[in-house]
Amino acid sequence: MSVTYLGMPAFPEAAAASTRDPRLRANLTHATHTIRDKRAKAVTELADWGRLRAAGAAVKDRTLRHLDHYLEQLEAAVTDAGGQVHWAADAVEANRIVTRLVRATGETEVVKVKSMATQEIGLNEALAEAGIHAYETDLAELIVQLGDDLPSHILVPAIHRDRAEIRDIFRREMGHWGRPAPEGLSDSPAELAEAARLHLREKFLSAKVGISGANFMVAESGTLVVVESEGNGRMCLTLPETLISVVGIEKVVPTWRDLEVFLQLLPRSSTAERMNPYTSTWTGTTDGDGPRTFHLVLLDNGRTDTLADTVGRQALRCIRCSACLNVCPVYERAGGHAYGSPYPGPIGAILTPQLRGVEGSLEASLPYASSLCGACYEVCPVAIDIPEVLVHLRERVVEGGPVTRGGVRTVLKSAKGHAAERAAMRAAGWVFGHPRALRAGMRLTSRTRRLHPRRLPGPGRAWSDTRDLPAVPAESFRDWWRRTRGTSSGSKQRGDGE
Amino acid sequence: MRVALFVTCINDALRPRTGRAVVTLLERLGVAVDFPAEQTCCGQPQFNTGYRHATEPLVRRFDRAFRDYEYVVTPSGSCTAMVRDNYPRIGAKAAAEGRGPELTGIAAAAVPKTYELTEFLVDVLKVTDVGAYYPHTVTYHPTCHGLRMLGLGDRPRRLLEQVEGLELRELPGAEECCGFGGTFAVKNPAVSAAMGADKVRNVTATGAEAVCTVDNSCLLHIGGSLSRQGSPVRPVHIAEILASTEADAQAPVEADTKAPAASGTEGSPR
Ligand code: SF4
Repeated sequence: MSVTYLGMPAFPEAAAASTRDPRLRANLTHATHTIRDKRAKAVTELADWGRLRAAGAAVKDRTLRHLDHYLEQLEAAVTDAGGQVHWAADAVEANRIVTRLVRATGETEVVKVKSMATQEIGLNEALAEAGIHAYETDLAELIVQLGDDLPSHILVPAIHRDRAEIRDIFRREMGHWGRPAPEGLSDSPAELAEAARLHLREKFLSAKVGISGANFMVAESGTLVVVESEGNGRMCLTLPETLISVVGIEKVVPTWRDLEVFLQLLPRSSTAERMNPYTSTWTGTTDGDGPRTFHLVLLDNGRTDTLADTVGRQALRCIRCSACLNVCPVYERAGGHAYGSPYPGPIGAILTPQLRGVEGSLEASLPYASSLCGACYEVCPVAIDIPEVLVHLRERVVEGGPVTRGGVRTVLKSAKGHAAERAAMRAAGWVFGHPRALRAGMRLTSRTRRLHPRRLPGPGRAWSDTRDLPAVPAESFRDWWRRTRGTSSGSKQRGDGE
Repeated sequence: MRVALFVTCINDALRPRTGRAVVTLLERLGVAVDFPAEQTCCGQPQFNTGYRHATEPLVRRFDRAFRDYEYVVTPSGSCTAMVRDNYPRIGAKAAAEGRGPELTGIAAAAVPKTYELTEFLVDVLKVTDVGAYYPHTVTYHPTCHGLRMLGLGDRPRRLLEQVEGLELRELPGAEECCGFGGTFAVKNPAVSAAMGADKVRNVTATGAEAVCTVDNSCLLHIGGSLSRQGSPVRPVHIAEILASTEADAQAPVEADTKAPAASGTEGSPR
């Protein structure tokens, strides 16, 4: 099981491949439409959704503005409660810390609670290199792991798989890693869930080390919070002797009171549930209850650099509900893998290029992986204006500009690959700056319109492969106005003889 | 009342009859229309592709063209949204970079007076019955910018419902993007085409003779797919429907592609 996102092709190529996969398209359309309809209903049940959403955004913004303060408060509270706090500047450092902590226990197997942060840093792969096997215990993560696959959705990592595929993966793979799938396993959801339950139970009961992320961290008490639907996470959080939680620094909230807002926003946005089924909270260690040792690894990995950007920083409000994925028409056709990161869909399109920088070809293509339709902004429970950030990042890709890398302010050069486009934009700018030239150009186009091809050359080619170009009119509006109204701009009032 | 028409570059060059329809319609409603010839493009394609600096001269040009008017009316939801949402952003970013202090003021002046056509009819003129006659079945696609950035709500629908002879057909999946998105269609052609195909399938399923929107850019995309499929469904801008009268219904259809000769409004499905 060695999977990686590195070296992924740029978004348009990957997405073009997925649009040709009818099974994938059908799975995704069915799943996203079902959940988006449910979410819409769950949200309209609350009369004050708009205010809740504003409150969620405000709490996050305030916390982010004083992030250093709340992180120090959190560290002190976690330490007071008997936990140990570790700071990781990047993925390599975080993986090194976790590997060292697991090694110190003498164990070679760990159970994992579904976690985006550990996906982001590639923890499972790093542990495997150190001879430590990490078992995913979330049902969908298990499907992905057994299938030697990559997650393609924040909430439902195996959304791209249908039941028949899952049954085949279980039958084929479970036996290699523990208890095999039952004889004659069918693709009924109940049987699949039961097979996973039996397979996982062995792991829960034998595991000495658990690894998790967290949805929230409460600064005032040093409490971590995980919300999940299956209860498998809670098993990992309570049974092992050692618990290691790897959490992005933006997940901190000041007080328990602030949680109230998010525990309303998150379940309705993500699973369309009124209340979350399993909400686990833990604060340091307690005698006779839960893990004996607790480590918190606070992960930066590009977050403070993102925070330095006044427009882009709103991406750090994200509570990973995945509502934006489920309404995104581009995600629905392209699938999650095309985004080349554990963060797919609209949030991935703005988060990945900020965490990793826009210099790579995949990262540079992500801000363009959107038609700017705004459906993501509309559903986002913390009101992240994703289209605004997309356009902001497009500017960074084509024009460069000031960025922060590793805490240092630098100026990014404009991208080389966009020279032709930049020239075209300049030419258009010149024409639009000279209305007379614009009119002359329109005239020329009209006069030669019978010679125009119905297909475009160059980069426009793919567009005109599936669509007809509009026919050029014989007369522009500008010329019509001049011909019928003269050069002065006024028109006649009704009743004055026209 | 005298208003300035901001026809937009796409309509100017590719769908002039939409601009002519706006003139016909507004004049019929007693509004005098000016066409300031200095106008060109709102800057949306450049801005949305990441060339913000290239849009600054266009913001200034917009101001020069429309400075003297109380109202600017445009038959384009997305160009209205460009002025309303992005001109202030362009001003703020320029100010943050210590340049063009006048841009902020220009944006502040442009925002409140720039109206998308249906907004202007319903909110300013306070009419929903514009005296139109259009004896056809029509389905309405609420474009993303009209729907989400402008919040047009049911304004276009209320106008269409008052059109004599018009039968409005519900569009399945109406609120989903058609897949145009400006340069998105060029940069991500496969996904754009897949989105367009689904939109066209839904349009066709309504059995309507025509599909209408408040934005010709989306309509060119939808129409291009319809035309490639040999579909008889006609893309029509809402202005062309609202400008139609009984007399137009009798008159032969005047196509944009014919040499200038006849006058009058066109836009009926063949
Ligand atoms: S960006 Fe908003 S909608 Fe998308 S996952 Fe994050 S919180 Fe949810």
